[in-house]
Amino acid sequence: MMNTAIDVRDLSKKYGDRMAVSHANFSVPMGSICGFVGPNGSGKTTTIRMLLGLITPTTGDGHVLGEDISEPEKYLPRVGAMIEGPAFYPALTGTQNLVVLAKLGGFDVDSVQGLLEKVGLGDRGDSKYKTYSLGMKQRLGIAAALLPNPKLLILDEPTNGLDPAGIQEVRSLLRQLANDGATIFVSSHLLSELEMICDQLVMLREGKVIFTGKTTELLAAQQPMVIARPEHLKDLTKLAEIAKSLGHQMSILDDAVHVKGEKEFAAELNKAAFAAGITLASLAPVQASLEDTFFEMTGEQS
Amino acid sequence: MINVVRAELVKLKRASLSLSTLAAVLFITGLSTSLLFLLVDSPEGNGREGIRISRETLELPTGLSLSFSNAAGLLGIVALCIFAAQTAQEYTYGTLRNLLVRQPSRMKVLVGKLIAMKLFALVVVVSAGLVTFALSYLFAGVKDISTQSWGSADARANIVRTFINVTVATIGYGIFGMILGLLFRSPISAISIGVIWNLIVEGLLSIFVEDLAKYFPGQLLSTVALGGTEEISYQYALFTSYGFLAAGMIIVAILFKRRDVSN
Repeated sequence: MMNTAIDVRDLSKKYGDRMAVSHANFSVPMGSICGFVGPNGSGKTTTIRMLLGLITPTTGDGHVLGEDISEPEKYLPRVGAMIEGPAFYPALTGTQNLVVLAKLGGFDVDSVQGLLEKVGLGDRGDSKYKTYSLGMKQRLGIAAALLPNPKLLILDEPTNGLDPAGIQEVRSLLRQLANDGATIFVSSHLLSELEMICDQLVMLREGKVIFTGKTTELLAAQQPMVIARPEHLKDLTKLAEIAKSLGHQMSILDDAVHVKGEKEFAAELNKAAFAAGITLASLAPVQASLEDTFFEMTGEQS
Repeated sequence: MINVVRAELVKLKRASLSLSTLAAVLFITGLSTSLLFLLVDSPEGNGREGIRISRETLELPTGLSLSFSNAAGLLGIVALCIFAAQTAQEYTYGTLRNLLVRQPSRMKVLVGKLIAMKLFALVVVVSAGLVTFALSYLFAGVKDISTQSWGSADARANIVRTFINVTVATIGYGIFGMILGLLFRSPISAISIGVIWNLIVEGLLSIFVEDLAKYFPGQLLSTVALGGTEEISYQYALFTSYGFLAAGMIIVAILFKRRDVSN
């Protein structure tokens, strides 16, 4: 029995002098929903394309569903994928586009209508793809990825262009597929999206994997924070010094002092600020989000 | 491979493509046949490049299929455009990645596409033949040209030969289009280069430079459609043109197999 759906070892892709993906190592457990996070240009799509046999790695190797990525024909019939947004024939209807892919993969053409209904396009299957909104195109891309009844679903930014209701539907769909036993590998720049649905994470920056593990582990690595904003901007530095003198790490961001500490520290800081003659306009303990952790680890600005 | 053919036929059968192709074929064959018959008495000529084809020639058993073989070059251009567009659009629409995820064997995708487009070209040629033959009878009646020998065994054999030659030539033009589509990965570039090459570069150079037609694939394919000419034999035209096409296909197939799909 396989334990990992995706296993990548030292995988690299070089274009000229630029390393698009540099010695990536990660694995995705079977049955998990794994988020693939990274800023634009970090190498997410290149990695996904290597996993799908579309790009040949420069070095390294990988396995998908137990098969070597150099032999994609052995595992792709069990993999559904949407890469870098949906791509279909504009002059064909949604149904015809799916029929093309169903026939190509040797899948049951009769399943097309059911899939369209599953993604909320049941009544628009006969409309031409070129008349679809971005959200509808995205749904059609997800339907196409579901054609093989996949053991592994690889989705590149699946919620792009969807309205909040659509995002919620995709989230539910992914959970349902995971409950049915599928492994889901989903990339997104919406970190909050992944935080809500993923139990595993692979984080990439400039082609390098900077974190791989459970989402809960990542969140645990981040301390809670207290954000204090003085009434007068001139007190900002003084307030930061007070926080520092109380033995906490702090930083100044957006006219506020961000202090690493439990929520109980808020009362202590408030008292110290009051004693120093500083009035606080706001004081809020915040739960660290995946996004905060991510930006801290990657050094990106939120 | 059969799955690729079935999938490609869904795309080729779409109304916008099949109807516009049929309209183009009707126009081309209608024009070619009407010019051949209605200008039969014109001193300016009624054939390709001002050649005069007499009543007596049209009344021969070969008369029925003359306009069909004359239209082969233009049918070939239609095939070139369709093959080039159908191949290159996979890159511009980004749909190639979908195809290769569902069928990872790139050679199967390539050969399946080629077979499907050949079937489409066959339908185009049959449609063109039917229109040409019907119009030939119609215009022969209008211009008082005897059609007595058109029903003979010789005429039937000639129709079969012409049909095969025109099909081979049309598919040859199509393969040329596919090569350009794979090379340039853009329908506009592939079609414009293909049409300019065939109609302008080859057309003009072969008029002004003696014997050059022997080395141009488009000119050789036209010769195949005509069943050979006095200057170029049928066998030479067939083997040389398809030799060029085979070499071109091998090069683009290697490129197609090895190139990363990064769009």
